[in-house]
Amino acid sequence: MTNTDKIRKGDVRTATRLIRNIENNIPEARSTVRTLFPFTGKARVIGLTGAPGAGKSTLIDSLIALYRKRNKKIGALLVDPTSPFSGGAILGDRIRLQRHAEDPDVFVRSLATRGALGGLSKAAGDAVHVMDAMGKEIIFVETVGTGQQEVEIMNYVHTVIVVIVPGMGDSIQAIKAGILEVADIFVINKAEREGTERLYQELTSMLNMVDSFPGGWRPPVIRVGSLFEKEIFEDNIEELSDSIEAHYRNLVEKDLLGNRVRRKVTAELNEALQYSILAPILKKLISEGEFDRLIDKVLRKETDPYSCAEDIAKKYLKPQSLKGVEK
Amino acid sequence: MGERKLRIMVAKPGLDGHDRGARVLARCFRDAGFEVIYTGCHQTPEQIAASAIQEDVDVVGLSCLSGAHRYLFPRVVELLKEQEAADITVIGGGVIPDQDFQLLYDAGIKEIFTPGASLDSIVEWIRNNVKPS
Repeated sequence: MTNTDKIRKGDVRTATRLIRNIENNIPEARSTVRTLFPFTGKARVIGLTGAPGAGKSTLIDSLIALYRKRNKKIGALLVDPTSPFSGGAILGDRIRLQRHAEDPDVFVRSLATRGALGGLSKAAGDAVHVMDAMGKEIIFVETVGTGQQEVEIMNYVHTVIVVIVPGMGDSIQAIKAGILEVADIFVINKAEREGTERLYQELTSMLNMVDSFPGGWRPPVIRVGSLFEKEIFEDNIEELSDSIEAHYRNLVEKDLLGNRVRRKVTAELNEALQYSILAPILKKLISEGEFDRLIDKVLRKETDPYSCAEDIAKKYLKPQSLKGVEK
Repeated sequence: MGERKLRIMVAKPGLDGHDRGARVLARCFRDAGFEVIYTGCHQTPEQIAASAIQEDVDVVGLSCLSGAHRYLFPRVVELLKEQEAADITVIGGGVIPDQDFQLLYDAGIKEIFTPGASLDSIVEWIRNNVKPS
């Protein structure tokens, strides 16, 4: 049986090793992903983003429990940061999901960012494909704890949930660009805390300022209370999942699903170009020591980064094929 | 191009809530450049084995201070074997009396670290004995 067959049958060991090889940039992994590609596109992908400690993992845990009651097969990708100093990482999101560890229909995989800046790991897009090909029906993607700018999640999922908590800043934070703009659903988590009502009002008035929403979808603001008030909490999670379903239906009805998928393919094509054009050139320059020599030259002011890049482009790309392309 | 990173799971099996040591180790492994999956306290061997497989780790490091290592450690090795994951190296640490070492080695625990073992010696053992996949 080929790895592709094994993954399509749902084999966890083969799938998780493939994800590892994608993370490690092993060339054969790319070709396996290529053979899986025709079998992807069926899963619903739901992204959660928000500040560290906002409660993303705990929300995913509760949503998994809910979707398991509906008999859905689940995948979850959890991203945590890589240390810029040692290259190591502590991947701790899984702690919150351990009650599902023995459920064969829940596959949880942690990823380290490995230097990627957008809140995800470079392998996240392909890892979603792998879980999709395994037959997972709902795939959750959790970003690292984010600030204001890490919006890459919007390229990889159908529904973006932005999780915020009360007490994190004044009202102007709510109208800034970036992460708040990519939300399809807002969750005010830990809503038993002081400041929830104010945050709710701020978000509502921010949304009131928007003239028209794509597809007429105004992101709902859902308050999720304390985990320890079980009944209220479970009602809140139910409401959240209703919103997730409603958002997806809206994408389908308003014919916007294509846009989302297009956004995803755009990001993937960008990344694939980096991988197949820029990466090999960089690798050659570095291995030949040319990269360091150029850095020294720039430091000595004998040249500048733009001229270096132009020279490299002239050397490695066919000049006539780039004619007429604006720099 | 491929950079192979060692993945290690730090897990606390059984009814033992003393995880300071496990947390210190998790940080030390991070600083050694490993990717560390930390699963928290009160894990069953079944949860640990399933998580180790899903996470594709090279090493499982078990920490136990409750005295139940004689059952819990071998059980993790056994479950990994049953699920065709015997290639995952299992090591253990905690309050483990000398007379239990042989039983654990025989059960497939590759190395045991007790109070007083330096962090460097643990990292060095892993580097010398485990190649990242």
